[in-house]
Amino acid sequence: MAKAEHTADAFEAALTLGDVKGRSPWEDAWHRLLKNRAAVTAAIVMAVMIVAVVVGPWLSPWDMDYTDWDHTASPPSWANGHWFGTDAVGRDILVRTLQGGRISLLVGLVATLVSLVIGVTYGAVAGFYGGAADRLMMRAVDIIYALPFMFFVILLMVVFGRHIILIFVAVGAVNWLDMARIVRGQTLSLKRMEFVEAARACGVQGPDIIRRHIIPNLLGVVMVYVTLTIPQVILVESFLSFLGLGVQEPMSSWGGLVADGAQDMETAPWTLVFPAFFLVVTLYCFNFIGDGLRDALDPKDRL
Amino acid sequence: MSALLEVRDLQVRFDTPDGDVEAVRGIDFDLSPGESLAVVGESGSGKTQAFLAIMGLLAENGSANGQARFHGEDLMAMSSRDLNRHRGHDIAMIFQDPMSALNPYLSIEKQMIDGPMHHLGLGRAEARAHAVEMLRAVRIPDPDERIGHYPHQFSGGMRQRITIAMGLLCEPEILIADEPTTALDVTVQARIARLVGDVARRSHMATVLITHDLGAVAGVCDRILVMYAGQVVETGTVREIFDSPRHPYTRGLLDSIPRLDRIDDTLHAIPGNPPNLSDLPGGCVFRERCDRAFDACAEPPPLFDLGEGRASRCHLEDPS
Amino acid sequence: MSAETGVMRHAGRRLLGLVPTLLILITIVFFMMRVAPGGPFDAEKALPPDIQANLEARYHLDEPLIQQYFRYLGQVLRFDFGPSFQYRDWTVNELIAQGFPVSLTIGGLALVLSLLVGVSVGVLAALRQNRPTDYTVMGFAMLGISIPNFVVAPVLILLLAVYAGWLPAGGWEGGWTRLVLPVITLALPVIAYIARLTRGSMIEVLHSNFIRAARAKGLPGRQVIFGYALKPALLPVVSWLGPAAAGLVTGSVVVERIFAIPGLGSYFVQGALNRDYTLVMGVVVFYGFLIIVLNFIVDLLYVWMNPRVRYGEG
Repeated sequence: MAKAEHTADAFEAALTLGDVKGRSPWEDAWHRLLKNRAAVTAAIVMAVMIVAVVVGPWLSPWDMDYTDWDHTASPPSWANGHWFGTDAVGRDILVRTLQGGRISLLVGLVATLVSLVIGVTYGAVAGFYGGAADRLMMRAVDIIYALPFMFFVILLMVVFGRHIILIFVAVGAVNWLDMARIVRGQTLSLKRMEFVEAARACGVQGPDIIRRHIIPNLLGVVMVYVTLTIPQVILVESFLSFLGLGVQEPMSSWGGLVADGAQDMETAPWTLVFPAFFLVVTLYCFNFIGDGLRDALDPKDRL
Repeated sequence: MSALLEVRDLQVRFDTPDGDVEAVRGIDFDLSPGESLAVVGESGSGKTQAFLAIMGLLAENGSANGQARFHGEDLMAMSSRDLNRHRGHDIAMIFQDPMSALNPYLSIEKQMIDGPMHHLGLGRAEARAHAVEMLRAVRIPDPDERIGHYPHQFSGGMRQRITIAMGLLCEPEILIADEPTTALDVTVQARIARLVGDVARRSHMATVLITHDLGAVAGVCDRILVMYAGQVVETGTVREIFDSPRHPYTRGLLDSIPRLDRIDDTLHAIPGNPPNLSDLPGGCVFRERCDRAFDACAEPPPLFDLGEGRASRCHLEDPS
Repeated sequence: MSAETGVMRHAGRRLLGLVPTLLILITIVFFMMRVAPGGPFDAEKALPPDIQANLEARYHLDEPLIQQYFRYLGQVLRFDFGPSFQYRDWTVNELIAQGFPVSLTIGGLALVLSLLVGVSVGVLAALRQNRPTDYTVMGFAMLGISIPNFVVAPVLILLLAVYAGWLPAGGWEGGWTRLVLPVITLALPVIAYIARLTRGSMIEVLHSNFIRAARAKGLPGRQVIFGYALKPALLPVVSWLGPAAAGLVTGSVVVERIFAIPGLGSYFVQGALNRDYTLVMGVVVFYGFLIIVLNFIVDLLYVWMNPRVRYGEG
């Protein structure tokens, strides 16, 4: 609020005549995003990372669980073809890192999708119908919010076993709260706007209004939160895998590889460094992209 | 009498995403001790920004040029440390919106005693007693207790009076008041005006009243500076401006004041809007809205000196 | 309304709200554990039926579910989490009593460190907005958020303990130096987050009209920042302290494991890996309770710092 006033008086003079060229807010946001060098760099790095992780394992001469008995615990080397070295039983770290990336990114995307679907639906319904339903639904969110989320995920893993599908569901199902809150807030303010009232006046039904008018207008915020949720989810999964509660052998994610590497780090630090580096770069990039998107879509935060 | 404050060619510009905005485009004026000056203009005329620039309080994307000599020292060229010796001490400013000008997280006491303790070297108890007196003077009931309250516990009118009391705490030589009485009802307005007038007379304080309402100026001020699109378009004494306005814009402003002594009850608004300051038209900036525009208005008019402190920025005054 | 009644009324309202949260926490935990496929003794070789029955009777697993639920609820209300399945000679209470002080030491130190460093760095960045200092601080803060603590910990151990030999790599007994690495590891993401929050809210506050008014009073810059801007700028940080505490608790699980610290987090992971139901349930309920109470305290602190809520609106 204070900032709005501050800007207001800086622009006070500028805005007296309203003949500014018509640019769509999306175009504006796009231009601002392209000017954000950190976000653009992060996006490029991420694109390269995704291609490498998807294509890389096919191009590699080794399988992820192939053990090269001639080169166990080999440091990174051009000569023997293990560019990132091998672990104590001779498995190639490069291909394992790329494979682990597949799992980590997959978990990130799918679990985020789960939380997206739950969160957006829940938030939009609560915000749109308002009243008692809204109060009840948000009270429920408050209660769940106060619970120690990570422990629940661990509990879920303990109880139902460590299956990858369960990880998607567990992480996604617990991570939808922020999304629900934000979407509800946006919906509340959107539904008071004129185009929604107009649609209602024309006799458009509730669910149709949500689908046609509310959800498209939520796109901006939701995009920002999706980019910020992905790294969170990847982090949660790696956390579980690090503790030995995530995906199970022979599958492995970056978290599991970091755990393995930490075991051998004194003798073979490369087994720790490479997966850790990939994981950190990915999280870093997603966070920068998310920040950049937020700044681009909500420019008042930058002044 | 020599001038207390001499402002020369003051310019303010803002760097915005839509390009540079020239909010103030070279204004000059003098202020003498004890004098009361009204700066009148629509919102966006640059009147507030000009004084924020003099106080060194522009927003970060703003920059100022020109001179503002206070007792001969140029405020614009001062370091912020030197400027701080004057701000709040011998030059005080009262802000437009009392809701946001008071810190909601601090008690009124804390916000009122800091200045006097810093500038006048008062102790905490002295500063508090002084602040209580000042609150009493602006008619805050039960000031000794209420000084411990927080801003949200006061009504809008009371908050406005508190900000005025704050401005007067160090008995400044210049008091700049930005729309100080708009939130108040008329009787309180008159009382506050009288209070400020008393302080002004007693300590020979000069006052600057920034307002969009020419009607609020009559009877309060000595001299008027009319601003439009970042420039002074007319100056003169209150009487001169009211009796014989020279610039068409001033005339328009006067016509838009509701008056009791006129038969017809229609209000005359000036047609159109002020120009876009990031993309100013050539020629006289008022031309588009002026009912007396003619060929010469394609050239920007200078400020024609009409003698005895009067001036008008209009080609109609061209003596040649 | 006086300050005290304002805070008390608020406290009362919030306290009532805690009850359903706690109840739901306990209920979810209980039923999740009971619907789990396989009992706690399944992992071992099939036990003779009479021993199995004996064990089940001892842990009341032979009673109807609903009866077990109320029994558990009653126990929890008396702060009795029952015997541990895995550590046969220990009760969960004893394990908590042993592990929690250790975790609290590390977590408390990490929280203090985070606040001190995070707030100072955030204020510094805000004052140097869009200048090199700001970009550097924010770059590091982003890194702090992005690097998981299970990556930071091994790297710190490798560099400072294994290669440089300055600090011990883990363990608990033997002097304050053993606290340094775990506390730093635990604090890093929290420092980063607090720095970002502080910077953002400080910038917003510095742009507000009341700061311009304070500067118009001619007070020295320091006084304006610390006397007028810091308190409102800290409010978002205060309200984030609840989630921060939850984050520290979660982080402690990993940190204790890596640094071989016998805290509650270590027991919890052991319990989770061994399907020690009563221990896991007990720790989750205990931590849930702790986080809920911390949120409550933070909430009161926030109200106390914000006169608009403290004295009621109007």
